[in-house]
Amino acid sequence: MQIKLSSFVKKEMLHILRDPRTMLVVLVIPVVLILLFGFTVSTDVNHIDVAVCAPVRGDAVRKTVERLCRTDLFRFKGFIDAPDIDAHLRTGKASAVVVLADDYETSGHYQVVLDGADVNTARVSEGYLRGVIGGGDQDLFVLQQVYNPEMKSAFNFIPGILGMIFLLICAIMTSVSIVREKETGTMEVLLVSPVKPAYIIVSKMIPYLLLSLVDLAIILLLAYFVLDVPLSGGVWNIILFSVVYLVLALALGMVVSNVAKSQIAALLMSALVMMMPVLFFSGMLFPPDNLPWALRWITYIIPARWYIDAMRKLMIEGVGLRSVLLEGGILVGETLLLLAAATKRFSDRLEG
Amino acid sequence: MDKVIQVKDLTKRFGSFTAVDAITFEVGRGEIFGFLGANGAGKTTAMRMLCGLSYPSGGSGTVAGFDIVREGEQIKRHIGYMSQRFSLYEDLTVFENMQLFGGIYGMSERDIRSRADDLLEKVQFASQRDTLVGSIPLGWKQKLAFLVATMHSPEIVFLDEPTGGVDPITRRQFWDMIRQAASEGTTIFVTTHYMDEAEYCDRVSIMVDGHIRALDSPQALKEQFGAKNMNEVFVKLCR
Repeated sequence: MQIKLSSFVKKEMLHILRDPRTMLVVLVIPVVLILLFGFTVSTDVNHIDVAVCAPVRGDAVRKTVERLCRTDLFRFKGFIDAPDIDAHLRTGKASAVVVLADDYETSGHYQVVLDGADVNTARVSEGYLRGVIGGGDQDLFVLQQVYNPEMKSAFNFIPGILGMIFLLICAIMTSVSIVREKETGTMEVLLVSPVKPAYIIVSKMIPYLLLSLVDLAIILLLAYFVLDVPLSGGVWNIILFSVVYLVLALALGMVVSNVAKSQIAALLMSALVMMMPVLFFSGMLFPPDNLPWALRWITYIIPARWYIDAMRKLMIEGVGLRSVLLEGGILVGETLLLLAAATKRFSDRLEG
Repeated sequence: MDKVIQVKDLTKRFGSFTAVDAITFEVGRGEIFGFLGANGAGKTTAMRMLCGLSYPSGGSGTVAGFDIVREGEQIKRHIGYMSQRFSLYEDLTVFENMQLFGGIYGMSERDIRSRADDLLEKVQFASQRDTLVGSIPLGWKQKLAFLVATMHSPEIVFLDEPTGGVDPITRRQFWDMIRQAASEGTTIFVTTHYMDEAEYCDRVSIMVDGHIRALDSPQALKEQFGAKNMNEVFVKLCR
């Protein structure tokens, strides 16, 4: 007597296809997130209003101002006098004022006064201004940002979004769907049948794995064609690495479904144990190196951190698989651990 | 008579609590065996052990000729099971549910089709073959759950309070289906709280606090306890 895995997979596919909410989460949310983060939620800084205070206006001053005007990054708001600096910053007529010393011609001394109310913009402006002013004819100071010279934030967000969406689909949705069967009692009927529990689990995973791959394709296409992310590390490498992470997320979902007794519990558990750490500790929003040491240690066990790190390398830096061996090794190791934990807990006799 | 269930001193303990205390009984082929008892008397626990869902703490037994301790997997292939919670998939159609469970029990696609059409025809439900289960009335769902449990023509069907929350007319129709299946040689092992249903059984056992306190045909039990109906028998035993 042979039990067909296909009849199970088909059933899972039907569950997904007939539930509009699931389809919404799977197909619409990734696109919305990518476009949202790619275009609107952006930490890019452009068109910084810059005023210049230069009591002595020689050749060097003129050249510096020309350089400022040449780029899109700045809007030159004219020359102002020293006493007006404060007023200009306060009223928002300028968000940065460059003060060029009287002997700028010879010494190259300058000062930048920034509106620190928006720390992020201030910090970025500082970098830009140093680059543009300092990098004058004598190249006193050269700031070169490689891999992402325009500092587009989309580049940073896409790996993070991938890391989050795969957890959402693979870990949260599979665990909820397994727990749903426990809740409605269908799991009991399945366990009385000759189907091996492993079959039930595997057939739940396959459709979500396929859906995640569809999402990966959508996101990569959007990233490449709409947001101009270079994907220079090779698409197949990115896909290979993502599959490892997907299996890990599925194993995580299994562990959650073993522990959770109700769908709500599964959802809360997933959200607290998985989503929060991904947001805060994965490097998606904050660089892990900026965290206090205790929290920094937490980031070392968060799989998403390693995935996001590796994705940044593969997508933006364009390095090969060899450079992400550490990240890959850690992810594979964590996957094996989670799979072991998940299968150990699964019992085909529903005790109690 | 050919015995399809034989149980001796079957026991289940949860810590220091003994849910099922050394019960012994036999069920013959094609018999409708009523398994009665108050809530918490140990019926469900006993039944789970027979289905291979739970290991016994003591005692021995066979179901469909297989040992309940060692051959749980074999037992699962030869039984059908309908739980007290409605357990078909609401977002699948009537036929898709039958197809799934037929597939689980290793039936070929052609067998599934002919068997499904056959069963649906018999209960005059063929017109609803492609309706989503979620949109059919509860009574029909229960009947359907029974059909799905018997899709693969099992030797024994375990029914755990199959008629909870169902109206009296549908319950009667449900029992007609059960008797039909029994007359075709399927053994029915059923738990219920409805004493009129107990009257339909060939033999009835009544569990009280983990023990089987009475086991005989409804007629014999009524005579033994000097009762007019099964309800009185039950009340006398369980009080």
